[in-house]
Amino acid sequence: MNAKAGALVADLVTEFKTNGRIVIVGASLAGLRAAETLRDEGFNGKLTIIGDEKEEPYDRPPLSKQVLKGWVRADHTLLPRSRKLDADWRLGVAATGLDRGSKQVRLANGEQVPFDRLLIATGTRARPWFNPKEAALEGVITLRTAGDAGRLQAALAAKPGRVLIIGAGFIGSEMASVCRELGLAVTVAERAGGPLVGALGGVIGDIAAEMQRDAGVDLRTGISVQSLEGDAKGHVRRAKLSDGTTLDVDVVVPSLGSIRNVEWLQGAGLATGPWGVGCDAGCRVFDVHGVVTDSIFVAGDIARAPHVLYDYQFLVLEHWDNAVFGGKVAAHNMVSLEADRRPHLPLPAFWSGQFGVNIKGVGVGPFADEIVITQGSVKDRRFAAAYGYRGRIVAAVTFNHGKWLEYYGAMIERSAPFPPPPPGYDAAPDMKPMPARFPAPGVPTGNPDVVLTGHDPTDRQAEYRTKER
Amino acid sequence: MRIVVDLNRCQGYAQCVPLAPTVLKLNGEEALMYDPNPDDKLRQQVLRAAASCPVRAIMVDHADEKEGKT
Repeated sequence: MNAKAGALVADLVTEFKTNGRIVIVGASLAGLRAAETLRDEGFNGKLTIIGDEKEEPYDRPPLSKQVLKGWVRADHTLLPRSRKLDADWRLGVAATGLDRGSKQVRLANGEQVPFDRLLIATGTRARPWFNPKEAALEGVITLRTAGDAGRLQAALAAKPGRVLIIGAGFIGSEMASVCRELGLAVTVAERAGGPLVGALGGVIGDIAAEMQRDAGVDLRTGISVQSLEGDAKGHVRRAKLSDGTTLDVDVVVPSLGSIRNVEWLQGAGLATGPWGVGCDAGCRVFDVHGVVTDSIFVAGDIARAPHVLYDYQFLVLEHWDNAVFGGKVAAHNMVSLEADRRPHLPLPAFWSGQFGVNIKGVGVGPFADEIVITQGSVKDRRFAAAYGYRGRIVAAVTFNHGKWLEYYGAMIERSAPFPPPPPGYDAAPDMKPMPARFPAPGVPTGNPDVVLTGHDPTDRQAEYRTKER
Repeated sequence: MRIVVDLNRCQGYAQCVPLAPTVLKLNGEEALMYDPNPDDKLRQQVLRAAASCPVRAIMVDHADEKEGKT
C-alpha cells in the first residue's frame, strides 16, 4: 500500500471511531464486556445496546445458587461495570430482524436501528418442557432469567412437599443441592446413566450420582418424565415416569439445557442454526456460504468458532468466561484493522458449586475417549482427573482441587501426552486410564454446555454453485 | 454496590472471607459464594477484601456510577 492509501485507511478508522455507529444486540455479560472494551479502545461514536429483558446486565451463575437459597435477592445480581459507557440502552425490547442490505436491526416495536458494525450476543434461553399445556401449570418453572429465579425461589420458600428436577446437568444438579440445603425432598430424573455425563462422562457421573444420593437426593437415572398432571386449580401435583411410577410433586423444574436465540436472524443469510452463529476465530460471522462478513461479529453462548486444540471443529461454549473474553475480543476486532485483530481461542473453563464441592474444569471433556484419576482421593471427593484423546490430554476436572487446574491447563494448551506424568505430589493410588464413557453424539443426555458442532461452518445451508461446463 | 467474582480464577484461598464476612462466604472447602450487590455501607470492607485476593478475582464497579437507561 502506498503512503497515500495508508493515510486514507487511518483516516477511515479515526472517522469510524469518532462518528461510527455500533449496535450490540444482547444486554448480558458478553454484550456488556464488549461495550466496555469498545469505549476503552477509543470508540466514541454512537453505541446502542439492545436487550429483550428489562433489567440492566446481570450475572446468571448466582441464580441457581445464592438466589435460590434465598440469601441474595433475584434482582441483586447486577453486574459491575469497569467504566462509564455513554450508551443508548434499549432494554425490554427484542430485536426481531436483521437487514444486512440497509444495515439495520429491526425491533419488536417496529423501530429500525441503523449500524455500521453489529455485535450479536443474544445468548440462549431455557429449553421449555415439551408439552405446552403441562409447562403452563403453576409450579412448573424453568430457570434462566432473574424473573425465573425469583419465582422459583418463592416456590421453594413455600416448603413444597417434593421438588422434581428433570435433567441432571450442572444447573439441575446445583438446584438439587440447594433443595437439600433447604431441607426439601427432591427427586432428580435423568435420562442418561448419571448426573453431568454430557459434560464430564460416565466415570465422573458415577461420582456425582453418589454425591447426590449421599446428600439425600432421590436420584433416578435412565428415567424420563413422560407427563405432568395438575389439580383442579391448575397447579402441578403429579409426574409420570418412564418406569411406570408416579410421583407426588409440588414444584417441577425442567432443566433440559438451552435453545440459542438465533430466530431473529432468520433470512439474514448468515451461518446460523440450532448450534448458534458460525464465526471465525476472530468473532467475525460467516454468511451461509462460509464467507466471512466484515461488519457483523458474535460473542458469548451462541458464537460457534473452530478451535485449534480440538481438530478445528466448531465449538459452542456456554461458559461464563467465554462470554467475557469473547465479548472483549469481538469488540477489539470491531475497531481494529486487519493487522491488529486478535483471535478468541480460549481454553474452555468452567466451575460449578454443588453439594459442598467445588467442581472446576478446563478443556473439552466430550472430545475425549479416556479418563484417568491423577491426584487426590475420589472417596474424599478431593481429586483431579485428566481426559485424553488418542494419547494427548484434552481436558481436566477437579473436585475440591481447583488449585491444580492451571497445571493441567498448561498441559492441555501444549497437547501434552496422555496419561500425563504423575504430578509428583498427591498422586492418586491407581493411575490407570479408563474409558471416559461419554454418550455417543446424538444421544439425548444431560445437555453438555460445550458442544462440538463439527467442521461445517454453515450447517450445510450453503447454496452450492454448479460447475461450469 | 456491585461486584462479580471470576470463579474460574478464584482458587478458594478465602483471604477475602474474613474481611467482608457478610458478603463473601465459603460453601464447603473451596466454593466461594457471594452477594453480588451488597449494601453501599460495606464498600470499604469489600474493597479491602478485593485487594486481599491473591489472584485478583474480585471485580468491583468503578464508582457505582448509575447510568440512566432509556
